[in-house]
Amino acid sequence: MARIDLDLAHAYKPNPQRDEDYALLPLKMTFDDGGAYALLGPSGCGKTTLLNIVSGLVKPSHGNVKYDGVDVTARTPQQRNIAQVFQFPVIYDTMTVAENLAFPLRNRGVPAEKIKQRVGRIAEMLEMSKQLDMRAAGLAADAKQKISLGRGLVREDVSAVLFDEPLTVIDPHLKWQLRRKLKQIHHELKLTLIYVTHDQVEALTFADQVVVMTRGRAVQIGTASQLFERPAHTFVGHFIGSPGMNFLPLQHGASGASVAGHPVQAPDAAATLGVRPEYVTLAAPNAAGAVPAVVTQAQDIGTYWLLTTRIGTDGPLVRARLGAEQRAPQVGEHVWLGIQGSHTCYYKDEELLG
Amino acid sequence: MKPVNQKAWFLILPVVLCVAFSAILPLMTVVNYSVQDIISPERRVFVGTEWFKSVMRDDDLQGALLRQIGFSLSVLLVEIPLGIALALSMPAKGWKSSAVLVLVAISLLIPWNVVGTIWQIYGRADIGLFGAALARLGINYSYTGNATDAWLTVLLMDVWHWTPLVALLCFAGLRAIPDAYYQAASIDGASKFAVFRYIQLPKLRGVLMIAVLLRFMDSFMIYTEPFVLTGGGPGNSTTFLSQYLTQKAVGQFDLGPAAAFSLIYFLIILLLCFILYNWMQRVGTADKTEAEHG
Repeated sequence: MARIDLDLAHAYKPNPQRDEDYALLPLKMTFDDGGAYALLGPSGCGKTTLLNIVSGLVKPSHGNVKYDGVDVTARTPQQRNIAQVFQFPVIYDTMTVAENLAFPLRNRGVPAEKIKQRVGRIAEMLEMSKQLDMRAAGLAADAKQKISLGRGLVREDVSAVLFDEPLTVIDPHLKWQLRRKLKQIHHELKLTLIYVTHDQVEALTFADQVVVMTRGRAVQIGTASQLFERPAHTFVGHFIGSPGMNFLPLQHGASGASVAGHPVQAPDAAATLGVRPEYVTLAAPNAAGAVPAVVTQAQDIGTYWLLTTRIGTDGPLVRARLGAEQRAPQVGEHVWLGIQGSHTCYYKDEELLG
Repeated sequence: MKPVNQKAWFLILPVVLCVAFSAILPLMTVVNYSVQDIISPERRVFVGTEWFKSVMRDDDLQGALLRQIGFSLSVLLVEIPLGIALALSMPAKGWKSSAVLVLVAISLLIPWNVVGTIWQIYGRADIGLFGAALARLGINYSYTGNATDAWLTVLLMDVWHWTPLVALLCFAGLRAIPDAYYQAASIDGASKFAVFRYIQLPKLRGVLMIAVLLRFMDSFMIYTEPFVLTGGGPGNSTTFLSQYLTQKAVGQFDLGPAAAFSLIYFLIILLLCFILYNWMQRVGTADKTEAEHG
């Protein structure tokens, strides 16, 4: 168990000049001991690179990695005492399930008695006790991935357990179950867990703290509600939530700020107004902080209505989520939308103001 | 019931004709010879199974067969481990990898009789690099005079010629192992030997089977290299099956016994390939059913 401090940048190419040359732009980050973290971002955002740097499979081109204050940048995963689970199951074909689970312990010379006890415990957690004597090669993909997870969790003394999109190959209904299992294991074992995924639901349900990444940058670290309520970067607004946050360009004139010609309240520095569809309301005509729009689409999603509206004839689109009990406006109808409230955020150069 | 259309048979007719002319008819000619005593092109006598009986009782043939089996087994025992070791030590990427691949493959491009000639000169005690070097070291080595030396030279020559094939197959097999396996092994704290034993060797099984089959069949039919190098000597010490057969058929022109022996040789190879093939199939399907029952 360890606290992990990162202060680094990484480029796969030698002599990086521009931002695009970096797989990871300079970042500072701390993973606290015993926390459950998720690295969330689209493909190619650098999250796997970051994970491999933490584990020691990749050596950062700049900066360092510290475990409990000790610089471990030059150390191998083995020396760092890390456990890592990969996207696709890695199992040792010629061994049984039990031998697979015991492998990391056997390699470290743990006494046989202790190995048996640990393997039994992990198998029980993963509900694999009955399969212990089967040959691992003969199992289905999700069982194999459970073995990989088990091998990651079997050592008690690991600094951290890292997961690289471990549930990709798992059927959706098993995904829930395994994720719950992982969460439960986290509570039982109090290990530091870092979990890479591109699935926001997975990240938000699994982790206490989510690191949102895009194009080699960690744009926000926070809890699920922080990411939802106060996205620190427009990317977070887009990426988290379904649908993502509405972003409306602000104009500043003599009479103050406006959206598509309609006056609104906004800080002088703000270039963009962001509001989640959940917080867009239907307002009375000409109400303060409301803008007129035309409904272009109204979808019934069962528990709520999803409205897509346009401000003016070629203005920005605004999406709104309305409760199912509300009367939904029809397509082509003119409505006034309340876009300002305590949940409205203001951005300049993609960054949150205030 | 569906009507049965027999027209499809016409479609395989060309193949049947080709196979008939290329394989079945020549084989039948051999069968024809094997049951006759051909005294001259005009005079032949039907002798039944007599040639088969005499060939089976022939000490020279039994000697050649034993030598052949011993040789093929030695080839496998040396070339397979050596090929794996070579593949493991070859660089995996970059220009070095390409360069080493080309270097390793060179011996595969050399024609059989040239290989024999190369080693014939290479092993000579007066002008050959290998032979002269051994002579300088005070080792009495002569592949023309000493049966053991001749035997070892033929084996060494085959190892030199064909180990690269095994190495290339294994190299390809190794490259097909995803990086995640090595990363996982490194995280699990596996030693180098454990990586070999539990990852590389199991993943190489498929290509190793092919390598064993190829090397076995090829070495079982070896002819040109020992013929050029030692001519089967000294004595009969390096006379393998195919050379023995050629001596009989072309050298002494004993067409009947040679034909009978050809058929026996053919059946031996067929039998061994059948066994090997079935064994491979069985191992393969065992894996498959295991995977399906997951």
